[in-house]
Amino acid sequence: MKIFYFPGHYYLFIRNVFRKPQRFGWFRKQLLYEINSLGINSLPIITIISLFMGAVITIQTAFNIDSPFIPLYAVGLATRDSIILEFSPTIISLILAGKVGSSIASEIGTMRVTEQIDALEIMGINSSSYLVLPKIIAAVLINPFLIILSMFLGIAGGWFFGVIAGSVTTTEYLYGIQYAFRPFYIFYALIKTLFFAFIITSISSYYGYYTSGGALEVGSSSTKAVVYSSIFILVANYILTQLLLA
Amino acid sequence: MIEVKNICKTFDDRMILDHVNVTFEEGKTNLVIGSSGSGKTVLIKCLVALYQIDEGSILYDGRDFSMIEEDQRRDIRKEIGMVFQGGALFDSQTVEENVAFPIQMFGNMSAEECRNRVNFCLNRVNLTNANKLFPSQLSGGMKKRVAIARAIALNPRYLFCDEPNSGLDPKTSIVIDNLIHEITAEFNITTVINTHDMNSVLEIGDKIIYLNKGQKWWEGDKQAILETDNQEINDFVYASELFKRIRKASR
Repeated sequence: MKIFYFPGHYYLFIRNVFRKPQRFGWFRKQLLYEINSLGINSLPIITIISLFMGAVITIQTAFNIDSPFIPLYAVGLATRDSIILEFSPTIISLILAGKVGSSIASEIGTMRVTEQIDALEIMGINSSSYLVLPKIIAAVLINPFLIILSMFLGIAGGWFFGVIAGSVTTTEYLYGIQYAFRPFYIFYALIKTLFFAFIITSISSYYGYYTSGGALEVGSSSTKAVVYSSIFILVANYILTQLLLA
Repeated sequence: MIEVKNICKTFDDRMILDHVNVTFEEGKTNLVIGSSGSGKTVLIKCLVALYQIDEGSILYDGRDFSMIEEDQRRDIRKEIGMVFQGGALFDSQTVEENVAFPIQMFGNMSAEECRNRVNFCLNRVNLTNANKLFPSQLSGGMKKRVAIARAIALNPRYLFCDEPNSGLDPKTSIVIDNLIHEITAEFNITTVINTHDMNSVLEIGDKIIYLNKGQKWWEGDKQAILETDNQEINDFVYASELFKRIRKASR
């Protein structure tokens, strides 16, 4: 019966989170804070990872194309599709699950063990909604922008480092990234991003919220948040790919 | 007034509260004492519904707090102030933001009125020039004062304090005790304090309830506790040699 415990408990938690905020002014203030904390603060890591992953994908693709029958613009095409379809939405979301997920779980977990959540409850505040709803909405709003930026930087990084390494020329790369482009790929990536943003914030908040004990348990909740967010992202990635592309 | 009628609470088949009956009176400082593990904290958490009771009822001025929906419970909770053992101040907020928080959430005050109320509460707990500090910059005693200021910000009808003196030096403990006692009388609040600080018991105990093994073993006031012949109480109150000698001398 334990297998049914998590889905049921998680559903009840989420149902409680999606309640009308106590004060809309406070919700707006929290939302802006979370957009900055979860989104803007993640820009440096996303920039660095996207630039270098784009570079590596380009150089590796060029290195593996040794047939004279495959045109060199295929390097640009492969880089574009790898980044748009998989790298930016999925790998960046997995990285955010590590960075943002652990931060959310440890923040809420610490509030739980230091009785700050009890203090909110005693004031008559729906603590789960107050703490978690702004995080979920903020991630769902800001993550698509982060992923679009990651796509742009990944492709730009591929071009820059590919040209420097002499793996591809600018003309061929630019032709490749425009060749047989389907705008649906962007839509597909953004749909995945929205689901992943929800998974990261809600699962991490769940593990943080139900922390009990002390510092050791906060660390354990933080680890569980990252592990389970990552697993659910991978499962959701498979299901969404099957639904949207098959 | 808070009436506790026959409440029971178990955790994993261990009975922590065993048919407890007690009335906490308005305008009085009601102290719950007992050794560690006697069920004091569980009792206070049941009173504010952080724990669900298994049996019995809890009445806040006749309103049954234990048998109502969570939304209705939240309405009664707006009349409750609580001081937690560790203060439970919000780390990301300054002192004045912590005190203003319940006012901004539930009050209908203008920014100016809110600021005045915050300053009034902070002055009431003798804490000035600390408005812009964060909890991490405060001493233990200051944290407790801020927690009290936050608890009284919305003029609560009921005030709960879970070991307000823990971790404080004797002098600061007395200041905190007197503060709670004065606020209780001044605003006619029903105050319930968990403590095992005997100074508090003898200083401010208008009504004292002694819990042992989850049961109410004794109830009386600070005069009665000095005169009782109940062996359990005497072993608890006069645990130290110093207290034993003082008692002997006074008799």
